[in-house]
Amino acid sequence: MLTITDLHASAGGKEILKGISLTINAGEVHAIMGPNGSGKSTLAQVIAGHPGYEVTGGSIAYEGQDLLDLEAEERAQAGVFLAFQYPVEIPGVTNAYFLRAAYNELRKARGEDEVDPIEFLDVMEEKLKVVEMDASFMQRSVNAGFSGGEKKRNEILQMAVLDPKLAVLDETDSGLDIDALRIVAEGVNKLKKPTNATIVVTHYQRLLNYIVPDFVHVLAGGRIVRSGGKELALELEAKGYDWLLEPAGV
Amino acid sequence: MPTTSYADQFAAALAAGEGPAWLPALRERAFARFHALGFPTTRDEDWHFTSVTPIAERTFKAIRPAATTLTLADLEAHLLDPDWHRLVFVNGRLEPALSTFAGLPAEVQVSTLSEALREQPEWVQKHLGTLAAFDTAAFTALNTAFMQDGVVVRVPKGEVVEVALHILHVTDAQAQGAAIHPRLLVVAEPLAQLTLVESHVAVGAPSYLVNAVAEISVANGARVDHYKLQRESAEAYHVGTVQVTQGRDSIYHSFSFAEGAALSRTNVYTKLAGTGSEARLNGLYVLDGAQHADHQTFVEHLAEACASRELYKGILDGESHGVFNGKVYVDPVAQRTDGKQTNKALILSEKARVDTKPQLEIFADDVKCTHGATVGRLEQLPLFYLKSRGIGAENARALLTYAFAAEVLETIEVDALRVTLEKAIFERFTHHRMD
Repeated sequence: MLTITDLHASAGGKEILKGISLTINAGEVHAIMGPNGSGKSTLAQVIAGHPGYEVTGGSIAYEGQDLLDLEAEERAQAGVFLAFQYPVEIPGVTNAYFLRAAYNELRKARGEDEVDPIEFLDVMEEKLKVVEMDASFMQRSVNAGFSGGEKKRNEILQMAVLDPKLAVLDETDSGLDIDALRIVAEGVNKLKKPTNATIVVTHYQRLLNYIVPDFVHVLAGGRIVRSGGKELALELEAKGYDWLLEPAGV
Repeated sequence: MPTTSYADQFAAALAAGEGPAWLPALRERAFARFHALGFPTTRDEDWHFTSVTPIAERTFKAIRPAATTLTLADLEAHLLDPDWHRLVFVNGRLEPALSTFAGLPAEVQVSTLSEALREQPEWVQKHLGTLAAFDTAAFTALNTAFMQDGVVVRVPKGEVVEVALHILHVTDAQAQGAAIHPRLLVVAEPLAQLTLVESHVAVGAPSYLVNAVAEISVANGARVDHYKLQRESAEAYHVGTVQVTQGRDSIYHSFSFAEGAALSRTNVYTKLAGTGSEARLNGLYVLDGAQHADHQTFVEHLAEACASRELYKGILDGESHGVFNGKVYVDPVAQRTDGKQTNKALILSEKARVDTKPQLEIFADDVKCTHGATVGRLEQLPLFYLKSRGIGAENARALLTYAFAAEVLETIEVDALRVTLEKAIFERFTHHRMD
């Protein structure tokens, strides 16, 4: 589904990703771990098409397309989703309007008819259950005045509505208490299918107790310094990151 | 700038004028003052960023409009809420057939200026022209000299008017080349409450000058909510001054919306003269093409423990030019003043421009006063957020532009008005219906 080859990216003239290669197949969950400043959030944002990063080398192939050739909205329409670490507040625009607008953009891109507000209510009824939210949530402005937990649940709600092939969760666990973490993680698990894939970017192993990865990659200094199975996350939890950083020359 | 072109018109108006003896004297004082001041120029500090040359170099004519042929159906979009009490003026003339205010409580007096001058001349004399000083304000002097059919509202002590009073000024082709000087006098006596909506709209695209003056007295414990909508013709000129005096524990909330006129200037001035009084002055202006809109606010803290809040936002496209000048004066006696002023402008094009000037003069020491101004474009991160949800760049910009406006529209407490403006701004930028 996704093949990243020797990816280099920089922001403000400073190189952050220094040659990342990674292959992700349908049905797989990959965890990207690493210390602060390792480049893991940058990787997530480059996949989604954040305009603040310049790709200076390498390639990303997604479903047979050159992903780097697509605008951010075209990537979303092709099935790529990024759950933001810091979701943006949009005052005055209701969640209902926003979600329907996004939903219809994706339908249009697939050559399907747009749904009207009444039809969309039916779609939402089922999706709200995924993140244990009630319908009143739909009439609130997007993320405006939401608690940290509500913002993250709203990200997963958007993911449920947009039904992506490739979901990238950028530090979705940060700032969550244990109950919110469980709801968010269960939401992600409910959305898992053999035809989609998930990248979980996290600093801590905690989230991976709930969303169990097939592969764990450790990023440091803009490179993947170790890859392994889910047991690698447990090892990191016990030993920290330092034992991997020094041999890698970071 | 020369003002002699209005002298003949003034002499004729004075000769034809009615009313008590003091009124011509007031008019003459005002015209003499206008003549002495002349139209303001950009050398005047208060008009530094706004040239009124397009107004000064023309002579707008006083008109005696015929009864209108417009119907309520023609004005449907401007009525906002048909249940409101309503006074409709067309080209400066009251149209009783389009108006409805019989449902007001009997104690509340709403009348035209000429009626009020006939029925209670002494009461009118006590208030008219005393709140809106024209010593240094040429347009206010001009209005006072020429004011025709205005509105006088008196809400007696303790009376709470539940339903909004809408004063709708409509201008159409009959007003081509005309000057219209609407006058509004509102006296809210102690503990009285009133919500006032003042709209200025046009049918078609005539070119004219509206020079409006409102004097509002908010007595002890009284509250006035004042919404002003400036939706004049794109060829029109609009100058509006609101001058408020507030008593102890009174509340005055103003919301000023401007999207019309080629050139407009909106002044909202309030004197917090009684302890514990509160003023909130908010506004939104939306400009395009070659429009110029200037907003000036002046809050005078003249008593202890008063609060003022200001939030003005502007959205500018094309080659439009916006000006915001927010003045706050804190008198030496006005200890424990709490003032906050915020001014934000969103620029959508290369050639649009904003000049913003906060002015704080503080002479008391126990004072909390802040001001902030930002002028900028849409930010990258929110755009990326929307695009990452599949929403194209153009729609994402439209939604975020609407969101910028929504933050201040949210402060409108009259539901019908808030919804109307939210829908209008939403549709203006997204070209979609809001549902």
